[in-house]
Amino acid sequence: MLKFENVYKRYAETGDVLKNVSFHLKQGEIAFLTGHSGAGKSTVLKLIAVMERATRGDIVLDGQKLSAIKERHVPYIRRKMGFIYQDYKLLQDRTVFDNVALPLVIAGYGHQEVSRRVRAALDKVGLLGKEKKFPLALSGGEQQRVGIARAVVNKPPMIIADEPTGNLDPELSAEIMALFEQFQNVGVTILIASHDISLIQKMNHRVLRLDHGQLVAS
Amino acid sequence: MKQIDKYPHKPKPLKPDIQQNTKAGGSFTDRLKAYRDQHAQSLFSSLGRLFSTPFTSTMTIGVLALAIALASGFYLVVVNLQQLTTGLEASNQISLFLRDEISEAHANKYADKIRKNPNVQHVKVITKKQAMAEFKGFSGFGDAIDVLEKNPLPIVIEVLPKDALVDKEALTQLFEDFKKSTEVDFAQMDMAWVERLQSIVSTARLGAILLAVLLGLAVFFIAGNTIRLEIHNRRQEIIIAKLVGATNSFIQRPFLYTGFWIGFLSGVSAWFIVTFIMLILRQSVENLSGLYAGAFHLLFFSYGETFILLTISSTLAVFGSWLVLYIQVKQLRPE
Repeated sequence: MLKFENVYKRYAETGDVLKNVSFHLKQGEIAFLTGHSGAGKSTVLKLIAVMERATRGDIVLDGQKLSAIKERHVPYIRRKMGFIYQDYKLLQDRTVFDNVALPLVIAGYGHQEVSRRVRAALDKVGLLGKEKKFPLALSGGEQQRVGIARAVVNKPPMIIADEPTGNLDPELSAEIMALFEQFQNVGVTILIASHDISLIQKMNHRVLRLDHGQLVAS
Repeated sequence: MKQIDKYPHKPKPLKPDIQQNTKAGGSFTDRLKAYRDQHAQSLFSSLGRLFSTPFTSTMTIGVLALAIALASGFYLVVVNLQQLTTGLEASNQISLFLRDEISEAHANKYADKIRKNPNVQHVKVITKKQAMAEFKGFSGFGDAIDVLEKNPLPIVIEVLPKDALVDKEALTQLFEDFKKSTEVDFAQMDMAWVERLQSIVSTARLGAILLAVLLGLAVFFIAGNTIRLEIHNRRQEIIIAKLVGATNSFIQRPFLYTGFWIGFLSGVSAWFIVTFIMLILRQSVENLSGLYAGAFHLLFFSYGETFILLTISSTLAVFGSWLVLYIQVKQLRPE
């Protein structure tokens, strides 16, 4: 599903941020991406989201080489991935429903289909009945679950989460992780960037550890 | 329609097929309908946004409306002035004012002589009496003239040159010949002042065009700048939309509709401003026209002109918005 082949990323100011990174995530696999801050975690995520391009090496997502993707095709690549953020990145002036519906509206789904899928996604994260609320009226855990519903509503083959439990207490974190495992069970590939060591150890999944831009464990 | 159950993701064939990801659920007509709904939604939500910030919107539309009203108002002035000259265009009539001592019989003889000129189409003699009657009728000095002992008006011969005589030099030559005749005291070619009026009008027209271009540019830039601010205000929203796979054209759409509404509403406001001013002017212009035998009627915007006004103002605003969007939406990148 996701393959890094000898990927380098160099910035003019800071030099090599990623050095010769190679790994392969199979379909339906969950992996943690970890490492000290500045180790290159967020660079890996940016490369996957095609916010940045690799300096050298290939990244292949779902059979498509990301380095060969034209700028105008990038949005279509992003539709194959659901992103989840530490700060949720919700639109505060839109209802929960509208926030979750956004990827579907963008992809051009009809009104009924949008409505059906949004309800299904909200049901999955346990927020059915809160469609009309605004994000600020929800707790942190609930907002994160709105973010997750938005990430999965389009049924992408891959989910990428950047510190999804960073702002949540252990109990809520465990809930979120349980959700991820449910998605895994239906074949979704999940990459979670995190430095929550205790959580990672508890979960017993594959761990990709970065150290100064190099992959030291996978 | 494709049935989507719980969360089945089947691995897709390993081919770089971009198209498969652009497809949403449902048939072609469903997607077309969704696309149309998106446009309708953008159209009305952008209008709603304008109304949700009434102060800002009023300021912007006010400035644009004044610019458009200036340009279109000046245009209307020119159209009205043109009306004055159109009736006169064909008239290259020459008036010959005969010397006082020339008798009516002599005048008729002279007129006959002129009639023989191959370049002349029509000749008309206006006797002193006729001239007086005409003057009394139009000048409003009727009673005062009655006091005069002697009719001071000369005999006038109106000469209409042949239509074929469009060559200005030939016309001037004819005019000069008349001027030299001993019978003629004073000759006047109507052409001269028609030309002068026409050149005033065409200067005004050029001025109107230049002014319209400048003010059109102002509309373009003001609309663009308004959209720039709007993009700035909705920066976070744009970035999030990009993160979940929105294309640039999807992001630009509601802003373009905002640009359209700004231009359209400004055009409508400008129409009302100009029409209101014309209504104020109407009474005094009609009075003035009455003094000149009612040859002039104030022209307002026609349906066609109104349509063009709205089309141009909307188009300029949309184009200004589009330029800003094209540059700025590309530059906004998620972090």
